[in-house]
Parts: sequence; structure tokens; C-alpha cells
Amino acid sequence: MQDNLEMREVYCNSLVEEAKTNDKIVVVEADLMNCIKTAPFKKAYPDRFFNVGIAEANMVGVSAGLATCGKIPFCSSFGTFASRRCFDQIFISVAYSRQNVKIVGTDPGICAEINGGTHMPFEDMGIMRTIPNMLCVEPTDAAMLKALMPQIIAYDGATYIRLQRKKAEKVFEEGEKFDLMKAKTVIPGKDATIIASGIMVSKAVEASKIFKGMGISVGVLNVFTWKPIDEAAIVSAAKSTGAIVVAENHNVKGGLYSAVAETVVNNFPVPMESVGVQDEFGEVGKMPYLAQKFHLTVDDIVEKTLKAIKRKKK
Amino acid sequence: MDKQKLEHLQSKALDIRKIAVEMIGRLGVGHIGGTLSIIDLLAVLYYDVAKVDPKNPKDPDRDRIVMSKGHAGPALYSVLADKGYFPMEEIKTLNQAGTNLPSHCDMNKTIGIDMTAGSLGQGLSCAVGMALAGKIDKKDYKVFCILGDGESQEGQVWEALMYAGNMRLDNLVIFIDNNKMQIDGMTDDINSIEPLDEKAKAFNLHTQRINGHDVEAIEQALQNAFDTKDKTSLIVLDTIKGYGVDWVSSKGAGCHSMSITEAQWREFCGKEDV
Repeated sequence: MQDNLEMREVYCNSLVEEAKTNDKIVVVEADLMNCIKTAPFKKAYPDRFFNVGIAEANMVGVSAGLATCGKIPFCSSFGTFASRRCFDQIFISVAYSRQNVKIVGTDPGICAEINGGTHMPFEDMGIMRTIPNMLCVEPTDAAMLKALMPQIIAYDGATYIRLQRKKAEKVFEEGEKFDLMKAKTVIPGKDATIIASGIMVSKAVEASKIFKGMGISVGVLNVFTWKPIDEAAIVSAAKSTGAIVVAENHNVKGGLYSAVAETVVNNFPVPMESVGVQDEFGEVGKMPYLAQKFHLTVDDIVEKTLKAIKRKKK
Repeated sequence: MDKQKLEHLQSKALDIRKIAVEMIGRLGVGHIGGTLSIIDLLAVLYYDVAKVDPKNPKDPDRDRIVMSKGHAGPALYSVLADKGYFPMEEIKTLNQAGTNLPSHCDMNKTIGIDMTAGSLGQGLSCAVGMALAGKIDKKDYKVFCILGDGESQEGQVWEALMYAGNMRLDNLVIFIDNNKMQIDGMTDDINSIEPLDEKAKAFNLHTQRINGHDVEAIEQALQNAFDTKDKTSLIVLDTIKGYGVDWVSSKGAGCHSMSITEAQWREFCGKEDV
């Protein structure tokens, strides 16, 4: 079942609401205001809204300058351009300079759909998490995004937010509590843990239900903050279930599989399998086609989980 | 400008050149050419025009100075040390392990630096952001941004110039240190950025072009910029790379980063080895 509200509506509503009491919040766009739908912010706070045109590097630099004067800028673009296109500006003017800028990269992975390979970020979180101290977060659904926005605003530091623009599959109930720095246990398990993020969380829940019918207890842990990653929750999952499957709408190289593996290998090695894009470029298509093409389906999660459990029994 | 002020600024420019030459000279190598070309502007800004206070370097109402050509860090460090932002002794630590004075400007290491720079092309966007923040907060501080001419080959500079022109930021003054050289040779031979003033005008900027070593002309141009409302100002400073030190400027483009002997810097600074 989908959320009632689009993710971008929740995003903008939160900014408008928080800006009522926080005059530091500003929005800087690069001609995609109508895609991220921040027009209500512009209407409510015209003097705190800027549109630099199709110039992502300038958007990030202007945001960094605003941040040096105490502002909390939120800037956005499609994930490809919000990450790759202005990587050095984010690295130097924002992160290395320790400026509190929030960068929103929309249409993660196959959510880019018919915009195709040029607009399909399978690497955005991977490259963002190579930047020291960068907070990298992928909110799962409307309830989580609404809960996290005040925490993201309160967090003083460079942040990349990977955001689906349209309606997400509903995973959490409105009012559910989240800690920006802690992974969320969606379903506890005993035999294996699926560590999932973004659009893969609802699929992991479906996979867990299938396993329940087979008498196998498979947990789902939603690691929505990829960096700093919740090591304690991952190590705990490794110890208690002995097998981990990572499900992500992202290239497994450098993505969540890599981030989880870094933790697991260092602390408590267990068999791991990956459901994610296996080092390929994107292409045009609708979500169901793309999920099949890049092996991001519930069946893929089930298959890889069985494989992980089998390896465990060796 | 009265004679006393003129002589004071000229003498300050010479003092700063000596500090910069000593700083880089003690290390033995550094970005001396582009450091020397911008010092006359810094003398006018820091000793006459800019509202800055070494005792309150983070004052939210201060004027901001963004050295986008971050490799001219030693020029800024020389002024900041002379103004008392940090002890003069620190100039001996340039680029030494653990120093507060790295090759390129770092706002988190050096007291008095308003923006980190060094990856060329980024500083003007940041300066635009600072100017916008001043407008939001209805503060009357000014933002000064110093670009290199070679740096202006970076595409982001033109993104920022276009936006600065359209936003009519009369609290922002952009300088281009037009010393006409870059690492690989003469800017005109590599990828000319001229005519700079005509390009800036086409970007809707209030544009002036002056001798960047004439402190009187610099001050007058700044006054003209302040008197121009509803337009962002750009001042092309025609300069000489390595200006003021013959054995530097005579190297041409080779003075971007060059070795300096102890005898050379001691002679220029009038400091004997003791």
C-alpha cells in the first residue's frame, strides 16, 4: 500500500513548518523547484528562496556561502546531478569547509524510470559516503521522513538526503519514532537478517512474510542512515541471525552492501549476499521492468536469503 | 587620496610583500607570483576600506573577504599576521606539519579566513551566498571576492557571475587579479579570457578596469562600486605576476610556484642571518 502523501510533499511541508520557528532555513534550487515541489516554501518565505537556474555547482557553492553566515540551506536536484555533477563543490566548499548544507538527491536508482540512464543514480550514496563526516540518509516512507526532518534540520553538518519524490510504499505508521543515527528493526528474526534501504524495505518485508510461511524466521533491519552507519545494530544482527542479505536500489559496489560489509568484516564475519545493481548503468523503463532488469524484486531477495542461509549451514 | 594616506598604503603594501617573501622564503618554495600580484589590493582592503576587526574575527557584521584563488593564501596570511589576527611568529610555520597556515586558504585553520578555497572556481559562488545572506538579514556588510584570471577559465565562475549579475548584489565586489599568466604559460596563449571587462558588462555587472598596483586607483574604484546601487560590481585589476620583486616577476609564468634561496629573501626583506 502506498503512502497518502508524496515524499516531496512531506519534505516541503516539513520545511515550511520548521521555517516558521527557524529563520535560518533557506532553500536553494537549480531549476527543479517544480520537480521537488518547493513552491509553497517560496510562497511562504520569498526572501529565503533562491533559484540559480541550471547550475548545480553554483547552487552548492551559494549554499555553502549562505551557511557560513549561519543559514541552513536545503538544495536539491536529481540524485545524479546532486552528487556526481557537483561532487567537488560538495567536497570542498561544503564538507571540507565544515558547512551545514543539506543536499537532496531525488529519484534514487530505478525511481528515475523513464528519465533513463543519464538520470538514474546507482552511485550517489556511494560517492557521498566517501566524503569524511558526510551524513548520508535515505528516508523510507512518509512517516519516517516526517519524523526525520526536524532531526536533519537540527543536525549541524554536511548532509546528503536520498529522496524518492513520489509516493513511497508505506512501511511505518505515522507517529512512529526514529533516531537519525539508529537503524530501525522492522521485523525481528532468528535465521537471517535482510538489511534494506529505500524502496527495498517494503520488498524485504514481503520476503520476510514468505519465509514466515516456510517456517523460517527472517528479520528486516532498515538501515536508512548509511553514514554514520549503526554498527551496533548490524553487529547485533550478524551475531543473532548469522547471515545477512543487503537489499539496496543502488550499485552494490560502494553502496549499502559495501558499507555493511565493512562493519561485518571488522566485527563479526558471517555469510553475506547482495540484492542490488551489479555494477551496471541505468536505462529507461517503468519500475516493474527496471526491478526485473536489475534484480531488485522480492523473488531476488528470497533467492539471495536462501543462499545466505545455506552458506551459514556449511 | 591625501599624500599621507597614499604613502601609508604604499608602505603597508611593501611591508606585506616583505612578510610574504620571508614566509615563502623560509619554506624555500611556494606560490609567490600570484601572492605578490594581489598585495596592493589587500593593502587597500585591510588598511583602509574593509570593516574588519582582528579582535573580533567572527563578527557577524564584518565585511567578508573571499580569496577564491586560494593559492594566494600567503598574501592573506601576511596581512592577517601584520594586523594581529595571530602572532607574526606563525609565518615561520607555512606548510610545516601541523601548521595553521596551509598552502591554500582554510577557514577552519587560520583565524581571519572567511572561506576555504584552493579548488579553483568555487569561491565566487560562496561569496554570492554570503552577499545573499547579508540581504536576507538586512545587514550592511560587504563581500569582497578575489579571483585569478586563470581561475576564470573554470565554468563555475561564469555560473556565479551570471547569477551575481542577475541578483544585483550591490553588497558584493568581485576582483579579477589579471596577471595574465597561469601555470602552463600566458593565459592568452592557452585559453584567453579577454576581453574580461566586456564579458563582465555582458553579464550585467558594473565593470571597471584599473591598474591593480595603484592603491589610489583601487580605492577610487571601490568607492565607485559602493556608489553604484542595484548592481554587482566587478573590477579587473591589471597586474604583474610577481610584482614588486624583480627576481620573481622576471621569471614570467615560472613564478607561479618557484624556489627561493635564503640569500634572496633575506636581501629583499633586509633581514640578516643572525
